[in-house]
Amino acid sequence: MTIRFDKLGVVIAAIVAYAAFAAPFATFRANRIVPGEARSILEALPAMLGPLLLAVIVVAAVVALLKTPLILRLAASVVALAALALLIGVAGSFLTPEGNSFARISPASGFWLLIFAFTLLLADVLTRLNLSPWARIGVLVVAAAAIGMLLVSGSWNSLSILKEYANRADSFWAEGSKHVTLALGSLAAAVIAGLPLGILCHRVEKLRAGVLNVLNIIQTIPSIALFGLLIAPLGWVATHVPGAASLGIRGIGTAPAFVALFLYSLLPVVANTVVGLAGVPRAANDAARGMGMTDRQRLFGVEFPLAFPVILTGIRIVLVQNIGLATIAALIGGGGFGVFVFQGVGQTAMDLVLLGAVPTVALAFAAAIILDAVIEMTSTRRPEAQPA
Amino acid sequence: MKEAGVKAWVPSLLRLALVVLLIAFVSNPGWFEPLLKPLTESNAPAIYNQGSLLTLTLLHLRTVLIATVAATTVAVALAILVTRPAGVEFLPLSRSLVNIGQTFPPVAVLALAVPAVGFGEKPTLIALFLYGLLPIFENALTGLTTLPANVVEAARGAGMTGWQRLVKVELPLSAPIILGGIRLSVVISLATATIGSTVAARTLGEVIIAGLLSNNLAFVLQGGLIVAALAVLIYDGLSAIERYTARRMGQETA
Amino acid sequence: MIEIEGITKRYDATTVVDDVSMVIEPRTIAVIVGTSGSGKTTLLRMINRLVEPTAGVIRLDGADNRSLPGYELRRSIGYAIQGHGLFPHRTVAQNIATVPVLLGWDAARIKRRVDELMTLYQLDPQAFGPRYPHELSGGQQQRVGVARALAAEPNVLLMDEPFGALDPIIRNKAQEDLLAIQKRFGTTIILVTHDMEEAVHMGDKIAVMDAGKLVQYAKPAEILAKPASAFVETLVGASEKPFRLLSLGRVRDAVETGTAEGEAIPGDASQRDALAELLWSGRPALPVKGADGKPLGRVTVDGLVKRAASPA
Ligand SMILES: Nc1ncnc2c1ncn2[C@@H]1O[C@H](COP(=O)(O)OP(=O)(O)OP(=O)(O)O)[C@@H](O)[C@H]1O
Ligand SMILES: [Mg+2]
Repeated sequence: MTIRFDKLGVVIAAIVAYAAFAAPFATFRANRIVPGEARSILEALPAMLGPLLLAVIVVAAVVALLKTPLILRLAASVVALAALALLIGVAGSFLTPEGNSFARISPASGFWLLIFAFTLLLADVLTRLNLSPWARIGVLVVAAAAIGMLLVSGSWNSLSILKEYANRADSFWAEGSKHVTLALGSLAAAVIAGLPLGILCHRVEKLRAGVLNVLNIIQTIPSIALFGLLIAPLGWVATHVPGAASLGIRGIGTAPAFVALFLYSLLPVVANTVVGLAGVPRAANDAARGMGMTDRQRLFGVEFPLAFPVILTGIRIVLVQNIGLATIAALIGGGGFGVFVFQGVGQTAMDLVLLGAVPTVALAFAAAIILDAVIEMTSTRRPEAQPA
Repeated sequence: MKEAGVKAWVPSLLRLALVVLLIAFVSNPGWFEPLLKPLTESNAPAIYNQGSLLTLTLLHLRTVLIATVAATTVAVALAILVTRPAGVEFLPLSRSLVNIGQTFPPVAVLALAVPAVGFGEKPTLIALFLYGLLPIFENALTGLTTLPANVVEAARGAGMTGWQRLVKVELPLSAPIILGGIRLSVVISLATATIGSTVAARTLGEVIIAGLLSNNLAFVLQGGLIVAALAVLIYDGLSAIERYTARRMGQETA
Repeated sequence: MIEIEGITKRYDATTVVDDVSMVIEPRTIAVIVGTSGSGKTTLLRMINRLVEPTAGVIRLDGADNRSLPGYELRRSIGYAIQGHGLFPHRTVAQNIATVPVLLGWDAARIKRRVDELMTLYQLDPQAFGPRYPHELSGGQQQRVGVARALAAEPNVLLMDEPFGALDPIIRNKAQEDLLAIQKRFGTTIILVTHDMEEAVHMGDKIAVMDAGKLVQYAKPAEILAKPASAFVETLVGASEKPFRLLSLGRVRDAVETGTAEGEAIPGDASQRDALAELLWSGRPALPVKGADGKPLGRVTVDGLVKRAASPA
C-alpha cells in the first residue's frame, strides 16, 4: 500500500507544524497597552491539557495530510477547531494571575494560524461536499450557536477581547444595533429607490447611461470624504427645515452616514436591475406580449421573476459592502462598531480594535452566506433563467 | 450626422478638461482659494496647509500602484496555478476563499494589520494588497477557465507546450477580463487608501481627515474630489485599454 | 504511412473508439464518415495524441507516435480543427505562422511561406495578412484554418470537417484546392466529414464508423457497391448510389465510338455530369473531346445507365 498525500493537506500540515511548535499560542501582558510576552501551547495550558491539545492538532493535521475520506477530514477539522476554541479560554484563566484584573491574555499568532489552517480544511471539505443552500445555512446556524454558547458560558471571559467587552457591554450593543440599522436601513432605502430607478433605466434607454454614470462617479468618492461632505447640507436641513431636527436629522452623526451608504448602495441595485431585466429572454417577453399581458402584468409576471436572482446578487453586494462601510460612520460620529475600531487604533489597544472588527467581519460573512444561499435557491428553481 | 460627431467629442473634451483642472489644482491650489473660501468658517484656511497637495497626491498614487502591482502579480500567478493540471485540486477551494475574502471590510483589514506591522504606509499597503487581490483573482480565474475550447485545442494541436500555450494564447486571450479586474481593484484601492490615513499613512486621506477634525468642509471637499477625479480618469484609461484589447479580438465589451 | 492498430479509447465505462485498425497509404486521402458522436474526432485526435488511447498503437512511417513528446509530434502533423479555432488575438499572418514560429524558422522563410499559402487560398497577403480573424468571413476563416495546418509543410494532415461552414461554391473550390495541394506535396491526409458526396469525391479510401467501431474501410466504389452492413447502406444513401457511382468515373472511361451533335464535353468531366447534361438537354448522346480539344467519341444515355447499375 502506498501512502498518498493530499496537496492542500501538505499546505495545512506545514502551517500547523509551524504554528503549533514555533509560534506563540497566547500573549501575556501585564496591562492592556504594554507589549506582550509569548507563551507556547505547553506553557499556556495546565499540565495534561497542553500535550492533549498538541496530540489532537497533530492527528488532525495527519488526517489532512493524507488522502482520507471526506467525513474523516470533516471530523478532524471540527474536533481541532472545537479543541482550540475551548482551550484558548482555558489558557486565558490559567495564565491570568489570581485576582489580577489588569493582566491581559490574548490569542497569539500561533493560535490564529491554527484556526486558519483548520478553517481552510473545513472550507475545503464543505466546498467538496457541495452542500445545498439550506445545508449551508444550517452549518452557519450551528457554528453561530456554538460560538454563542461559548460566549454565554463564560469560558472565554478571561480573554482580553472579552475584558474589553465587559468594560463596555452597554455601548457594545448600542453601537452594534446602530451598525445593523445603518447597514440594513440604507439597504432598504436603496432597494425602495433603486428598483423603480432600475426599471425606469431599463425602459428608457436615454436615461440609462446618464444615471449609471452618475452613480458610478459617486462610487469613486472616498467614503470618508462623502460622509464628511454630507455633514454640511444635512446640518443646513436640520436648522432650516421645520421638523427635520425632530426626525433625527443632524449635520453630524447618523444622518450623513445613512445618506452616504444609501448613495453607495444605489449603483449595485440599479445596475443589477438593469442587467437582470436586459437578460430576460426575448422569447419569454414576446410570448407574454403575445398572450395579451399588459406592460404591468409583464413586468410583475415575467420580467421581474426572471430577473430576480440578478437583482438579489446586487443586494448581496450592497449588504456586505454596507456592513463594512458602516464602520467608517464612526469617524463622523455616526456610531457603529467602527467606534471601537478607531478608538482602538487611537489608543493602540488591539483588543479594542478586535472588539469592533470581529463582529463586523462576522456580520458581513453571515450576510454573504445567507444571501448566497437565497440567490442559489431562487435561481435553481428556474434553471432556464441562468445565463448560459 | 454633424451633431453626432460633436457629441462623440464631448466625453474626450470633458476628460481633457478634468486632467487639466486636476493638474492645475494639485500643483497650484492657491488659484482656487476663492472658490473654496465660502466653505470655511471663522477664517480657517481654505487650502490644505499641512503639506503639499501634489506630494500627497503622488504618495497616494504610489501606494495604490505598489499595492496593485503586487496584487496583480500574486493574483494572476495564483489563478494560473489553480488552472494548471497540477493545481486544479485547489480550484474549488480558491473560489470559496475569494468569496469569503470579499466579505472582509477594508477598515477591519487595515486595523488588524496595525499590530503586525505598526502604523504608517505598511498596514495600508497590506489592506490594499489583500483587498485588491480578490477582484483580480476572480477575473483572472474567469478568463482562464472560459477560454474558447476550440482555440486552446488548436494551440495544443499546433504543438505548443503547456508554457507556450499559457504565454502565447491563454494569457493574451484573458487579458481584457484580467484588466477589468485590475480596473475594479484600482478604483477600490484609490478610495480605500484614504482610510489608510487613519493609521498615519501619507495619502490624500490626510486632507479629508484634517477637514473632519477641524470641521473644515473645504479640506474634505478638496481631498475627496482629487481622489474621485483620479479614480474617474484611471477608470476611463483602463477601460479604454480594455476595450482596445477586446476589440482586437472581436469580443463584445459591456 | 499511418498504421492504426487495435486503437481503443474509453472514457470511464463508455467506449468511444473500439478496437479500430486501419492502414493509410502514403500520399493518399482517407476520409472518415459516420454519424455524430461515432468517435471520428476522437480517432483523429489519437493520431496526434491530443487524446491518449486506452489501448493500441499508432505508427507513423513505422515509428510509434509515442516516441516523441506530444508537442513535438504535433508540430510535424498538420491539424485543421473542427470549427477552425483561429487565435482571435493574432492576425491572419501570425495565425498561419504559428507552427513555423514554434519550429524556429527564420523570419524571411516564414514570410515567404505565409505569402505563398495566402496566395494559394486567394487571400491577398497585403490586404488580409494584418487583419484579425473576426474581420474575415466564415469561409475565409476556414481557409486560414487550413492554411495554418499546412504551414510547416507537414507530411501528414488531419482535417476535422474543414469545409463544414462553406457555401457549396466555395466548398467545391476548397476541395479542388486541397486535392491540388495534396497532389503537389504528396501529403497524406485524413479527413473527417459528414458529407457523403465529399467523401466519395475526395477519398482514396473511406472509413465508415458507427458507435466507435470501424464498420468498413474500402475504396469508394466498393463502399457504394458492396456496403458491409445495413448501416453503411443507409449512410451511403441507397437512392443516391447510382449517381455517386457515376460521379467516381470520368467521361473518358465511358467513351463509345461514334459521333453526336452539339457542344462537346471534356473527357475529364465526371460521368455524372455527362448524364445530367444528357437528361437535361433531352439528347441520347454527347460528343466527347480530349484535353487537346480533339474528339474522342461520344457518351450515350444507355451506356451511362448501364454503368450506374450495381457491378455485382
Ligand atoms: N473528453 C471526453 N470525455 C467523455 N466523453 C467524451 C470526451 N470526448 C468525446 N467524448 C464522447 O465520445 C463520443 C465520440 O465523440 P467524437 O467527438 O469523437 O464524435 P464525432 O464522431 O467527432 O462527432 P461529430 O460528428 O458530432 O463531431 C461522443 O459521445 C462524446 O460525447
Ligand atoms: Mg467531431
